[in-house]
Amino acid sequence: MALDKNQIAQRIAQEINDGDYVNLGIGIPTLVANYIPEKVNVILQSENGLLGIGPFPTDDNVDADLINAGKQTITYVKGATFFDSSRSFAMIRGGHVDLTILGAFEVSETGDIASWKVPGKMVKGMGGAMDLVSSAKNIIVAMQHTNKGQSKILKKCTLPLTGVSCVKKIVTDIAVLEVTANGFKLLERAPGVTVEEIVNSTEGKLIVEGEIPEMKLY
Amino acid sequence: MNKVVKNVYEAIEGIADNMTLMVGGFGLCGIPENSILALSKTGIKGLCCISNNAGVDDFGLGLLLKNKQIRKMISSYVGENAEFERQLLNGELEVELIPQGTLAERVRAGGAGIPAFFVPAGYGTEVAEGKEVRAFDGKMHLMETALKADFAIVKAWKGDTNGNLIYKYTANNFNEVMATAGKITIAEVEELVPVGELDPNCIHTPGIYVQRIFKGENYEKRIEQRTIKHS
Repeated sequence: MALDKNQIAQRIAQEINDGDYVNLGIGIPTLVANYIPEKVNVILQSENGLLGIGPFPTDDNVDADLINAGKQTITYVKGATFFDSSRSFAMIRGGHVDLTILGAFEVSETGDIASWKVPGKMVKGMGGAMDLVSSAKNIIVAMQHTNKGQSKILKKCTLPLTGVSCVKKIVTDIAVLEVTANGFKLLERAPGVTVEEIVNSTEGKLIVEGEIPEMKLY
Repeated sequence: MNKVVKNVYEAIEGIADNMTLMVGGFGLCGIPENSILALSKTGIKGLCCISNNAGVDDFGLGLLLKNKQIRKMISSYVGENAEFERQLLNGELEVELIPQGTLAERVRAGGAGIPAFFVPAGYGTEVAEGKEVRAFDGKMHLMETALKADFAIVKAWKGDTNGNLIYKYTANNFNEVMATAGKITIAEVEELVPVGELDPNCIHTPGIYVQRIFKGENYEKRIEQRTIKHS
């Protein structure tokens, strides 16, 4: 069975270490916050100027001056700090953010990512994605492995790039892949999904070594 | 030193056709609502607006777009605006999209007297087209240049009569940095207090950057994505 969005988020949450400063992108990455174990102490960065994102507010707790990068109303945790956009990106560009988790349309076997523009359709802009992928220490992509049967895990991206040689790991609905110097290395498969199915859904070079374990979702 | 202006119209005096404006805010959070509304009631046109976003159809910079007062937008993200899309596809509007951190840093450089600098964002993408590329410590970087504006318009939570400003939560965003990069910086504030009342330890924008300040009225503070916890 392929994973749903929440299960992809659940699997990615296992990649977060105690003490990490993490930037979560819009979409599936935002859901990751729901699966971080309580004993793992993480500080979430929002590039519009907050370290220490809290849960969504209750109805009477909404403040228009307090939003995340997806423009959703949020709260902040104890010990949070606010700052302006230039400082926010200085901490991103300076490599102080340990982990960036974001979505993508395509990823290539050399770690290139395309996530911001589909030519011919409306162009909305790259927001902070190019800054994040060019500077975070560790970049994990959350995405669907295929789109209408077409692989999105490619030899070379077909869409305009967001960044080059930057993605370290990919968690899709059917597999966990590591980007290595020799191509995608298959690390795990979704429960019930066969290695053959993953091979058939992957256009880029896929390295399969030994037994591939099933993902554990907890 | 008298920086306090009577009202928003006095504040925006001197803004003219074809000028470059910086407008603070992230989405609709922390935008200078009063100044944008007042500009929408003038016939000023041909503006180049440097702002992270372009508002929504009927609020924020969307008001100026609807009146076709904007010739060019310099932004990082311009979704959520159908009129914007229409003008862009019809070739009525020029748009320059810049990575958000690069945009913030170009504004910071403009205010800090740094004409150009190198960043890794956008290397290997279409953002790199026409830019000088250089390797530092084995990593490729693009040269980016400073941005300045004829007027920077920012919104703060509290301000004093000397132009010292404090922003609230994430309504700071681009306001603090843009306040440094206008030839004339206009600050509209929710609370305007006499000099000496704000704690000097808590000032975000020192008044040296601000030429005009006024107390704004009737803040709507529209929310784009009202998201509530499911309990």
